Amino acid sequence: MQGDLFAKKRRDSLVFFALLIAITCVSIVITKYDVEKGFTSIPKAISWAFSNFYPNEKSLEKLPDILLKLKETVLISVAAASVASLFALLFAIFGSETTGINGFMRKITRGIATLFRNIDVSAWAMILLFSFGQSALTGYFALFFGSFGFLTRAFTEAIDEISSSSVEALQATGASYFAIIFQSVIPTCLPQIISWVLFMIETNIRSATLVGILTGTGIGFAFNLYYKNLNYHTASLVVIVVVVAIMIIENLSNYIRRVIL
Amino acid sequence: MLLELRQVSKQYGMNTKALSDIDFSVKEGEFVSIIGPSGAGKSTLLRCINRMIEASNGEIIFDGANVLGSNKKELKMIRRKIGMIFQHYNLVNRLSVIENVLHGRLGYKSTIAGVLGLYQEEEKEQAVKLLQILGLEDQIYKRADQLSGGQKQRVGIARALIQSPKMLLCDEPIASLDPNASKIIMDHLRSISTKMGITILINLHQVEVALKYSDRIIGVNQGRVVYNGSPDDLTEEQIHNIYGSEVGELILDLGGKHAG
Repeated sequence: MQGDLFAKKRRDSLVFFALLIAITCVSIVITKYDVEKGFTSIPKAISWAFSNFYPNEKSLEKLPDILLKLKETVLISVAAASVASLFALLFAIFGSETTGINGFMRKITRGIATLFRNIDVSAWAMILLFSFGQSALTGYFALFFGSFGFLTRAFTEAIDEISSSSVEALQATGASYFAIIFQSVIPTCLPQIISWVLFMIETNIRSATLVGILTGTGIGFAFNLYYKNLNYHTASLVVIVVVVAIMIIENLSNYIRRVIL
Repeated sequence: MLLELRQVSKQYGMNTKALSDIDFSVKEGEFVSIIGPSGAGKSTLLRCINRMIEASNGEIIFDGANVLGSNKKELKMIRRKIGMIFQHYNLVNRLSVIENVLHGRLGYKSTIAGVLGLYQEEEKEQAVKLLQILGLEDQIYKRADQLSGGQKQRVGIARALIQSPKMLLCDEPIASLDPNASKIIMDHLRSISTKMGITILINLHQVEVALKYSDRIIGVNQGRVVYNGSPDDLTEEQIHNIYGSEVGELILDLGGKHAG
């Protein structure tokens, strides 16, 4: 019997890898992807990047302007994530298994959150362009809707996962619904909530670059402008500034996580 | 009679009966243990009494109030007179010991005061006093997750006592504790019953513990009460009837109770 089990496991993994290879081959044929060219063009791309895509002295003159745009982007990302987190917390409380008021409310709130989550930030930016035009507000709302959907999901799972036992205890004391939320659910989930908000801020700064290209604001606009003017040196400086900003914020949020957990 | 259950049943779905026609009553100040095999419905029975689980049928009278027919406000009044103690303590781990104890007062507060956690000076003094009685005076400002299991359970007891309850419902309070901590918890519960006159209704897995501490024992098997009487009258045969086992199949040490 035991021999059979291991043989079956080996057979299963063999079948899995065979399928994976088959799917890859079929996709290559359908898309007419030239495998050889795909690999040989990588060194070419690298050598192009080294000869063109680096900041030079002249591009450094643009640094103050880039930093100003970066500041705008970071502030919008933080504002979108933090305001979205308030709404997300409310929806998560009503959508959670432990704290939801009834099945109907749970379905509605979860449905709304799923809808917002499954529309990508860039799609939101395109949709909102029609209503708000090319402005910072469009970028803000695009990030806000994306953050709201994601955070609602994350908060709901945090609440479901950890707070049911103390919620039961407080219900048994006769505590009111909102007292239970504020005395048990929020204190228990606070580290997870803060951790997710920090993660959302990081993600927003990344997406803000793309949203900026679409909505003509912030750091994304700066990159798009220099890139289309064939000013690759300055465009590369924008990329470096974004990477540095994300690294700083990542380290900062890791530090905060360590302190609060 | 402080508590009376009449024909209480609980049905899950169409044909799973967790409790059927439970009848018993508990006097004020009594220490009553409920024993029975896992899955017999002990936890469900306990939770039906304060409506953490809704009973399907029957009548429950607690301190003159009809529990099953009460509205939201009346239920709050009933619940705050019943303290509850859990197997896994159910504390808010990230809060301090004293904050956890004060949670027992939330049933007496308005929503606003509860949300903001506004406690009166007397309530805080009462919390400290209870923690001293339970031997936790050095743990008052520690976070709950820094305590041992036995200490956490004592915080749970303090949280229940600060409600000024008439009865404590204890759901397997010592099932996750070592023998030393178990004895401390059971001794505290016994003295709460004797000295403070608070009624205790407790689910237990350990027959010897039930025999040693209780005034009365209720045996439950497959959602039915199969024994209801004094621990002195409980014979080995009846214990086997409760657990649905044959003589010699159980690890039993009746401590020479039936030796004579």
